[in-house]
Amino acid sequence: MLGKLSWSAIPFDQPIPLVAAALVGSVIVCVLIWVIVKGHLPYLWNEWITSVDHKRIGEMYTILALIMLLRGFTDAIMMRSQQALAFQSPGYLPPEHYNQIFSAHGTLMIFFVAMPFMIGLMNFVVPLQLGIRDVAFPTLNSVGFWLTATGALLVNISLVVGEFARTGWLPYPPLSELTYSPGVGPDYYLWALEISGVGTLVSGVNLVTTILKVHAPGMTYTRMPMFCWTALASNLLIVAAFPILTATLAMLLLDRYLGFHFFTNEAGGNVMMFMNLIWAWGHPEVYILILPAFGVFSEVVATFSGKPLFGYRSMVMATMAICLLSFTVWLHHFFTMGAGADVNAIFGIMSMIIAVPTGVKIFNWLFTMYGGRVVFAPPMLWALGFMVTFAIGGMTGVLLAVPPADFVLHNSLFLVAHFHNVIIGGVLFGGFAGYSYWFPKAFGFRLHEGLGVAAFWCWLVGFYLAFGPLYVLGLEGMTRRMQHYDVPEWHPWLLAAAAGALVILAGIVLQVVQLVVSIRDRVELRDTTGDPWNGRSLEWATPSPPPAFNFPVLPHVEGGDAYWAIKQRAIAHAALSEEPAYAAIEMPRNSPTGFICAFFATFMGFALIWHIWWMVAVAAVGAFATFVVFAWRDVPDYIIPASKIARIARANRRSRELALANLRPVR
Amino acid sequence: MNGAPATADSHQMSELLSKRIVTGYGFWIFLLSDIIMFSAFFATYAVLARATAGGPTGRDLFNLDSVAIETGCLLLSSFTCGLASIGAQTRRDLLFYGAMTVTFLLGLGFLSIEVREFAGMVARGAGPSRSAFLSAFFTLVGCHGLHVSAGLLWLLTMMAQVFAKGYRPDILRRVLCFSLFWHALDIVWIGVFTVVYLMGAGQ
Amino acid sequence: MSPAEDPDLAPGDEGTEGIAGYVVGLGLAILLTGVSFFVAQTTLVWQPSIPVALAVLAIAQMGVHLVFFLHITTGPDNVNNVMALAFGVLIVILLIGGSLWIMAHLNQNMMPMDRIMQMQR
Repeated sequence: MLGKLSWSAIPFDQPIPLVAAALVGSVIVCVLIWVIVKGHLPYLWNEWITSVDHKRIGEMYTILALIMLLRGFTDAIMMRSQQALAFQSPGYLPPEHYNQIFSAHGTLMIFFVAMPFMIGLMNFVVPLQLGIRDVAFPTLNSVGFWLTATGALLVNISLVVGEFARTGWLPYPPLSELTYSPGVGPDYYLWALEISGVGTLVSGVNLVTTILKVHAPGMTYTRMPMFCWTALASNLLIVAAFPILTATLAMLLLDRYLGFHFFTNEAGGNVMMFMNLIWAWGHPEVYILILPAFGVFSEVVATFSGKPLFGYRSMVMATMAICLLSFTVWLHHFFTMGAGADVNAIFGIMSMIIAVPTGVKIFNWLFTMYGGRVVFAPPMLWALGFMVTFAIGGMTGVLLAVPPADFVLHNSLFLVAHFHNVIIGGVLFGGFAGYSYWFPKAFGFRLHEGLGVAAFWCWLVGFYLAFGPLYVLGLEGMTRRMQHYDVPEWHPWLLAAAAGALVILAGIVLQVVQLVVSIRDRVELRDTTGDPWNGRSLEWATPSPPPAFNFPVLPHVEGGDAYWAIKQRAIAHAALSEEPAYAAIEMPRNSPTGFICAFFATFMGFALIWHIWWMVAVAAVGAFATFVVFAWRDVPDYIIPASKIARIARANRRSRELALANLRPVR
Repeated sequence: MNGAPATADSHQMSELLSKRIVTGYGFWIFLLSDIIMFSAFFATYAVLARATAGGPTGRDLFNLDSVAIETGCLLLSSFTCGLASIGAQTRRDLLFYGAMTVTFLLGLGFLSIEVREFAGMVARGAGPSRSAFLSAFFTLVGCHGLHVSAGLLWLLTMMAQVFAKGYRPDILRRVLCFSLFWHALDIVWIGVFTVVYLMGAGQ
Repeated sequence: MSPAEDPDLAPGDEGTEGIAGYVVGLGLAILLTGVSFFVAQTTLVWQPSIPVALAVLAIAQMGVHLVFFLHITTGPDNVNNVMALAFGVLIVILLIGGSLWIMAHLNQNMMPMDRIMQMQR
């Protein structure tokens, strides 16, 4: 009846996951009760869950990422404390639990923190910057988000029901094959990623189409803000790389479920083909994550230096070059596999070449700041912290791209330090820069600045303290993923790394406090102008938060830095441009499609993991029925009357007129 | 506020590309991603083609005559699918329904030959768990077959939608996407019959 | 209406050809398929050249389908469609070519897995 599921699946003998799950569960129940008692459920359903507004969906992606960051960081601090304690002792985490923790940490941080963080920022910002009202396919956008959330939910269910994979963040066979991992751990991993991978692909198709085909009048490709270009490159990579992940994981699933022999040791299976395919996805994936962060920094550095971005065209070229080159370097993740000197040499050289366009970008940011009046607000601090940290991470990456050096450093903590250096210093700092930069736009009030600065310094210092020692440990020969060890030289470094994790924890606590304080003081922190940073691109032309239709009249773009030009014109004439005539606007209606799809996907994933075949069938039929019903019904767009648009637009004009009085011409 | 000249919104909307182009382009991007997924299966098949683990090889198993019939079915169905989309655009009922029906029958014919081939191989003990070569074969060809099955379901849905709702712009957009999908499946099949069957039977 | 005059064209839309285009495409495709099947089974040509010939014929036929069935080259904004296609084709080539190259070198340098397993027994 319930397949492999029974009471023994719940780890009653392990207090840590049970207590954690009980805590999280009770928080969720409390929030639910509060929502229901206060009568917020209709609001939540109408304004968020069924919303097809790109801004709401972007915000939900970001919220998902931040919540999962807390979960992933809990795993991180458990690992750091285990390694600090486990010198000549077993520590407090048994090996089978420790292995699940590092697997879950990697999986969560890449797929459910970094990915939704970046996709959330792109979803929120790109249509605003392009001067349009929504993405190309609003309902599909909602489906993409909810399928991502399904994946995150499945990974978190594995905490209490059954177990998670013990095979690392990429389930290398033959360890992940049924012979060596008979439990449901790898199945949780595989189905969670197959489902959320579909969501990511949908979102990628959507954003590529939006950026290439839907523009405000006059917004030609070479007038697009840099963030739109990096979002285009990132989503092109999603469209090109995620199908490879889907196919590779599907093959592993066939091995595990139906006895195929793709990656088994028997019957001609080839383990190495899995490494080859998974990294053919995995290397583009790191650029999927970092490119939008590069875009955020480009926007932030230009805004807070009060200058246009230096070398716009070279920046576009560098972005697109990275987009193509990222598909030519994947073998550097398995130099030691034994493909030989010729193959290693070519991929080593390609890996060094791909560092060049990134270097171009760093210089462009530096030259943008040169001669500008740099304002050290939190977004700019994150950008500066990124430039230093990422340069170091990039250089250790070039070092690892040398095959002979890689033979020494492969699978050591040096590698762990390197990829945390680029992912925390690049992607996460980029996410935080974007979060603090666009928060006033999204919610209408600024984040508390002092706490933001304090959080930044905790993160930066904590990062170096936590990962600097790992470089040393890697050079001293400590391999990754060790549950315990007995080398005395390693112990002090691991204690230092644990202290670094605590400093990062302080940074996270400060960020939570910052959010709470900012919500409390939201009246004083209110952004009345819609342009709190003296921005350059079109999102700052809208009020904060922007209305559902974004722009009452689509802006006419006549050059790069579109909003900056509009402001300069207004300053020169000491008046806003003439008020346009407002017309009614058609907007897509809310739709529960995404939520219902995800509902069935969750059941289907869970049933497949536990081999509950009747539930698979029921969920599949339900999903198909949902699809047919939603494809069949006709939902007309709803119309926002011109009078309402005029009211919102005039309020925005009034606040701009007030702001104009305080603005001086800036060169 | 915005420096936009005073123009009516409807005029501005016409400057945006039409929904038809946007939808078609989005589906085109999706198809490219689907083709890249197939390329991962092709790469795996090509790497594992010799890993027969002492079991039957392609030469022992493949029957080129039935592959030729399959190929003919799919090629003709691509042609009739094109006729159907002309029928939809010019709103000629007879051409649309007739060509869609023929497309469906040809697709069904293709599938039934493929299913018979698969069943025959499994019955001979050459199922997907016999060797890595057969795992890769069944996955690559089976994935294409699953796409064809999904396409047939979609085809019936489109006929029903046109019947119930007529040649409305949103329905025509779906017909356009369907025809793109069906033509793309035929392109994948060119790869399959060349790499799997013709090269496999020659080895 | 010619594609240049009609801005409302998407990939897959009919260009000027109409049914005639499909007929030409079908004819070419049947010809190329027939030649493929003939070449695969013939003993008249030098055997090692057959896979190369098959690959060339397949690529040619894919081109025929793209032009005559998917109308990829007609329409006002075909640059975008073709660019996307070129990107996709590049990725496909890199993935398949790269995998084959890597795995061929690997198999040359390393002992196959099943033999390693036998040694461990």
